[in-house]
Order: sequence, then C-alpha cells, then structure tokens
Amino acid sequence: MINHDLVIIGAGPAGLAAALAAEKNGVKRILLLERDKYLGGILQQCIHNGFGLEYFREELTGPEYAHRFIEKIKKSQVKIKSETMVVNISQDKLVTAMNRSDGILQIQAKAIVLAMGCRERTREAILIPGTRPAGIFTAGSAQRYVNLEGFLPGKKVIILGSGDIGLIMARRMMLEGAEVKAVLEIMPYSSGLLRNQVQCLDDFGIPLRLQHTITRINGLKRVDSVVISRVDQSLQPIPGTEELIDCDTILFSVGLIPENELSTGMGIELDRITGGPIVNELRETVLKGVFACGNVLQVHDLVDYVTEEAEIAGKAVADYLKGMRVKREQVLNLLPGTNVAYIVPQQIAYEQVDRKRVKLFLRVRRPAEDVRIDLIAEGEKTILSYRRSIVTPGEMVTFFLPEAIIGEKTAYIKVSVEKNSREKEG
Amino acid sequence: MKTDVVVIGGGVTGTAIARELARYHLNIILLEKEDDVAMGASKANSGIIHAGYNADQTTLKGQLNIEANPMFDQLCRKLNVPFQRIGSLVVGFDQADLKVLIQEEIKGQQAGIKNLKILAREQLRAMEPNLNQQARFALYAPSAGIISSYEFTISLANSAVLNGVKVLLETEVNGLMIEAGKIRGVETNRGKIAATIVINAAGLYSDKIAQQAGDQIKITPRKGEYHLLDKNWGDLVNHVIFPIPTKHSKGILVTPTVHGNLLIGPNSSLSTARENLAVSSTGLKEVYDGAKKLLPGLSRKDVIASFSGLRATAEGDDFIIGPSANCVGLINVAGIQSPGLTSAPAIAKSVTDLVKDTLSRINPGLTLTYRDDFIEELPKKLIFTEYLAQNDLEKWQEIIDDHPEYGEIICRCEKISKGEIISAINDPVPAQSIDAVKRRTRTGAGRCQGGFCEPRLLAIMSEELGLSPLAITKKGAGSAILKARTKDWLREQKNYTGGGEQQ
Repeated sequence: MINHDLVIIGAGPAGLAAALAAEKNGVKRILLLERDKYLGGILQQCIHNGFGLEYFREELTGPEYAHRFIEKIKKSQVKIKSETMVVNISQDKLVTAMNRSDGILQIQAKAIVLAMGCRERTREAILIPGTRPAGIFTAGSAQRYVNLEGFLPGKKVIILGSGDIGLIMARRMMLEGAEVKAVLEIMPYSSGLLRNQVQCLDDFGIPLRLQHTITRINGLKRVDSVVISRVDQSLQPIPGTEELIDCDTILFSVGLIPENELSTGMGIELDRITGGPIVNELRETVLKGVFACGNVLQVHDLVDYVTEEAEIAGKAVADYLKGMRVKREQVLNLLPGTNVAYIVPQQIAYEQVDRKRVKLFLRVRRPAEDVRIDLIAEGEKTILSYRRSIVTPGEMVTFFLPEAIIGEKTAYIKVSVEKNSREKEG
Repeated sequence: MKTDVVVIGGGVTGTAIARELARYHLNIILLEKEDDVAMGASKANSGIIHAGYNADQTTLKGQLNIEANPMFDQLCRKLNVPFQRIGSLVVGFDQADLKVLIQEEIKGQQAGIKNLKILAREQLRAMEPNLNQQARFALYAPSAGIISSYEFTISLANSAVLNGVKVLLETEVNGLMIEAGKIRGVETNRGKIAATIVINAAGLYSDKIAQQAGDQIKITPRKGEYHLLDKNWGDLVNHVIFPIPTKHSKGILVTPTVHGNLLIGPNSSLSTARENLAVSSTGLKEVYDGAKKLLPGLSRKDVIASFSGLRATAEGDDFIIGPSANCVGLINVAGIQSPGLTSAPAIAKSVTDLVKDTLSRINPGLTLTYRDDFIEELPKKLIFTEYLAQNDLEKWQEIIDDHPEYGEIICRCEKISKGEIISAINDPVPAQSIDAVKRRTRTGAGRCQGGFCEPRLLAIMSEELGLSPLAITKKGAGSAILKARTKDWLREQKNYTGGGEQQ
C-alpha cells in the first residue's frame, strides 16, 4: 500500500487545477490519477477556440488551455499516474486503481478530490425508436474520432440536440467536407451558448430546427435515414409532421451526466438535479475530506468556471489537512426557488474570518429576459436582488452571497429568478 | 469442401446440435450467414430457463423443456456460462387469476416438476417487497433460472470448435443440393459443400430452406421488444416475475439478468419482415406499462438499451423436429420459439438420435461411435470483475505480472480489461466486430453504451486483426463504424488547397 496526503481522481481541467491549488497552499504528497494516455481530459479533443476568456482574459483552444496547466504540473511536485483506472474508493479513503506497469495499486489518502468529469447521455437513454445500426454516435465520441484519432464517422449527418458539443460538431463536420442536414432540438430554444449557435450554425447555413426530434432510425447495417417529427408543448411528436431525411450518421448531443459511480460507491449522496455530490462552499461532499469539482459536481458551460471551482477545492484540501476549519453552528442551506433548477454549492457549512462573500452558481429551468435573482430568507423575506437582462438554461448564472447574509441566523436562503416586477405588474 | 454433417444456422439450436454431434466420429461444418453466432433470436430474448409448467406435455416443446431444464447447472459449469436458478413467480391479482395458477400448478405437477407452490400474499411480499401491493397470489417455480443466452450460444459454439467442428461465419446457404430424393450438400455464397446429412436450424429462415426440399413449413416472425435497465435497478426483483400468461406468450416479464441489470419485456406482435428489428414507441410503451403493472416503482429514467427479437413461430405453435418428408438426409429443426433456449440441450440430443437413424438408413452397416477425446469443459476465461467481487486482487496481480494487458481497463462502466478483449478476439469462434466483442466481454454493454470505450476498442481490434480502422465493423459487412480519414473528402473537392499530412 502507498500513502498520499491527497489523491485526485481525474487529470482533466478540474483535477489539474485542484492539484496546483492544493500544492500552492502547502499540500505535499499529491497523486493525480488519470485513465487516459494524456493529461487535460476532454479539452484535448476540443480543438476549437473560445476557452479562457474569463480565466485568462484571452481566447484559447482546448489543448492550449490544458497546456497552461500541464506545464505547471510538470514543474510541480505532483505525482502523476496516467493510463490508470480507479476501480474503487472506500469510505476510509483507500483508493484501488490499476494499470499495466504497476498492476493493482492500493493507495491510502488523507484527502480525496473527485474530478472524474461527466459522460454523454445516449440515444438509448432518451428512448429513440428504430433500428440499431452502425452510424450512431454521441457527439463527444465523434469529436474524439475526428480530432484525436483522425477519422470521419460519416458524410451525411443529422444532429439531435443543440447543446454545445452538438453545435461545435456540426461546424466541425462541415469543415471536413461532410453535409450536416440539420440540428434538431426538442425544446423551443437551444441549450447551447448563444455564440456557438451563431458561429457554428448560422455562419455555415446549418438549419436549427427547434421543437423537433427523431422519431425513427432506419437502416439494418448502417443508418440510411431518419424520420423526424415536430413535437407539441409536452414534447410529444405531432402525428402528420413526419419527414424522412436521408443520412448515414446521427450524432446525439442530448445532455451530460456527471460520472459519480465511484462517489456513490463511497456512500456519497447526490443532488437529484445536478447528478453530482451535494457539497458545501468548500466543495466538500458529505464525507469529510472528500471534495468534488468540475463536471463531476455540476455540468459547466465554461471550463473557466471549472478551474475556479477546482481551485476552491484544492485550497480547501490544504485547510482540511491543516485542521484549520471552524464549523458553523448551523448549516446554511441554499434552496432552489422559482425557475431555479439547482444551486451549487448547496450549503454553507464553515465560518471564515476573512471571507467577504461566496460565489454561487445556478441554472434556470426556462429562458427569461429582464429578471431579478432574489435571495429570500426565512419568512419569505427578500434580502437581496440582482438584475440580469437574460438567463437561459444553457448558461450558468453566477452571483454572490455576501458574508453579511451568511452571518445572519437563517437556516436557509431560497433563490428565485423572477420577472422584473414592473413587467409583472404591467 | 466435403463433410459428413452440415448444420445451417449458428443460433442456440444449431450450436447445441453441433456440439452434441461433435461427441461422435463425424466431420461437422456449421454455417452462419452473419459475422458471429447468436445473431438472431438467440441474442434477443428474455434469457429465461423455464421450469416448464406452462407448456403442454402433449407438445414437443413441452416435453423438451421438462427434459432440458435440469441439464443447465452442469452444462453451464462446464461452459463457464453465467446461470442462476433464481426461481420464477407467476403473479395473480384476483380469484380468476388464482384459478389459472392452480391449473398451471396441476399441469406442472403432472409433468413431474417438483416444488411448485402457490404462495399467498404475505409470503409473496416477503420474497418480492417491491411487487405491486395488489398482487395476491403467485405460482412459485424454484427450478426456473436466468442465463445469458448469447454467451451460452457462443460457448456452445466455442466448445464445438474445440472439439473439431468447423464454424464458417458470413457463409449463407443459397440452395440445397438434392439428387434422387437424397441430400448431397449445400450451395453457399462461398461455394459448394458436399454433405451426407444437412440439419436445417436456420431459425427465421428454416422454412425457406425446408421449402427447397419440398417440405411445407411456414415460419411467421413474432416480434418481442425489451427495455434493459441500469444495474442500479438489478435488485428491484429477486425472481423472474411473470403476469398471467396469454394465448400467444408468457406475457411481459420483469427479471434481473445474470449481469445484474433489470430486463423488462417482451410484447408480442406479428412482423412481416424477417430482418426488421426496429423498436417502436408504442411497442416499448406497451412493455413499460405491462411491467409497471407488476412493479409500480419502475422508471424509464435508467433505460440503457432497447431492443427486439423475432421469434420463429411455426404453424401449430409447436417445434418441428424431424427428417424431411421429401429428402433423405435433411433434418428440419424449425419453429424453435420459446422455450427454445431452455430446450436447446434436449433438442440437440433428440437431433443426434435422428442423425443416427438417418445414417443407419443410408448405410445400414454404419454405426456412430463416440470419440474418446471429447473435451467437455471450456478453458476458464480471466474476468477482472470476478476477482474484484471476490476481493482476490493478489491473484489478479499475478495475472497482470504475466500479461500486462489484463491491467489495462478499456471499458470503464463494466471494468473490462484489454486482456479480456484480446482473448475474445482470439476465441475459437473469433469476435470480429465491435458487437461480437461486446457479447463476449460486455465491453460497451454498460450505462455509457460504448461512448467512452468504442474508439479504444476499435483501435485494439484494428491492431489485433491487422485491419485498417476503417474496416472495423459494428456487426459484419456493411456496418463499418468509420467512413474516411480526416481531409479525405476535402482532397476530393475541386478547390482544396489545404496541406496536411499525406496518409
């Protein structure tokens, strides 16, 4: 058995930033475990630009963004094992992993950062009827084939789901000489970033067909066509709206699911909405000394926020190992109210002397314009409001919880996103 | 090519027959039109080894079911096939249902099935706490079991090959060679094969084969659709749960699988096309609604796969097993619908007797003799999850020390190592496609359905088979995963001026 102070599971953007932040704050004997050959996680296949605008104030590609952290990691004392798969973590932080050269590794950690990222929802999970031929891909695996392996999955492409990966892949396939027939979206709005809708679809003349879905996949050995249909308000296909579209490939970009099999195996409770662990402001899970950050905690829109979140977790590991934490008398719960799908972190659990405020992340359920983010304390008392001109489910909303409010003796704060009252009255 | 026996069809029936015949001094060739065995109903069914109470003992399928059920423990041990005798419950809600259950119990007892029991509500609830609270009775049959039907079929085929049977994949029979009322062999897409005996175990196509000899068999495909749920649902039930049966089927059941998933289905609808395995929204809703009547707590949130199988039902609804009426040397094994999987080992024995009869009729001096070198057991495969479950990691370390590829996990969801994949690619009946590896190892069979591991598996297959990645298929010819290399299509365009590396 090997001993480490901190074991980090996953060397994507979250794992890398958590390792660096932990080391910067004095954590020694850090081990970073990665299942792939290279560091950087999914960023390495995201060769498009648009990364780093928030964190570095400049525009980078995915590999460039990853590179900045990998360079620092190489200069650090952090130990790295790549091509190593973690198969189990016990509640007392014994990590079991495996690779070719070491065989089975049993690592006893004092603290753990979970940074396993997420996986893509499949065609099967959303119950699309039809046959099961070759030519059906999740957008992310298609992206891996094209950008990392150098292969093209198909020539006549239809994409279901207008999340960011779907939009990016629509453009990518066009640039490679494929024909992208349409991007279908079951909702009345795209779940991707606005800039991606413009740069990936509009600029290339790819139709975005809102309120449409695939109602049948045809083809015995290889996809040869799909039937698409318009959907009604309750997302059910409307009979009579069927269209047959000739294609050899379908890409599914229908949502991401945090990969928490290792977490639940340890007994960590998940938030039903985020699919990630319930955490406090230090990104600490219900298990003391076990932290989570990045897409394993909540699916992010921008990698920049992943980095920010991982740095919080990395620093928190240092405080935990030093035993420097003061628990609040009562945990402050942050509850989603009107038009709020979820809030991360879900709790404020510790006192901190020099803290001015805590940054919170939320996602709305429905798009809305000219809204207020209301922070509501016990007794339905609104104690603070922020204005936003537009909110959409595709983009994370960030706002602050001032220390003054944290200090008040309230058991919870509910956050609601409401139409601005002037309109509400009018 | 020349042989004693040709078996047409690599389903559970054909492979079981081939393995059983391999006990004798016979040259045997098994022909399969797809790129792997178990490609028809043998890979898309409920995976149940039925106790046998519900099939009429005056029918062939009723008799063979009863005969075969007890064979599975030993056979699966020898073949290393996961099989669990978890028992089944037919659930009743009212007095009318109780009457049916009592009839089934009596039928079963008359057929010699032991330990059948009608359970009352309390007992039922203790055994199945998640069952619909309205359920009042159940017929309990402890001898029913669950199996992985495609792994069973593949193992039968692997064992047959180890015992000298030639399995020819992607070899389709186009016609029978018949002279003066006697079979002379078969014509295939790869040439002629001369044979003394031809066994028609062609599943959905067994009527087409039989008709060439003038035998009037009619097969109607009957489709059954299924949902497979994530492993976190696998312990919702502890037994195979059936509703009260209908005329055509045992109804939509709910069962754990041997790999710990939950399986619900099948419905039953006549299909016009023999290749049409499409699932429909209405069909799957019928499956879900049917299963929900038994288990109200079910949700479709964690469905990880939906599929369908086509049962080969013959007129009269019974198995047709016997010599051709028109052609000496042709043996038809047709209409093998449920309980065909359960009956397979008994069908194999009964067909072996038919082969003996036929041979002695063709050549009265000939008697079939046993080989003394028949290998009963398949070599044990190395499976990481088995060592992990038994916490026997030191042993696994020794395996990695000798073969490092067993230390490299390729499929994250199901924890399958590269060594296990390479072993499947080199099986006696080799895995030559992505799906063939999946059936042998469960690579890509988990919740992400290959999203993570498929590119990795494709690279391993390309290397191991010495093929271009562009030649790797999902399920045989015409199903390549990838279409081209990047920039290939751009170079075809007139105005392309881009550089890029030359491939």
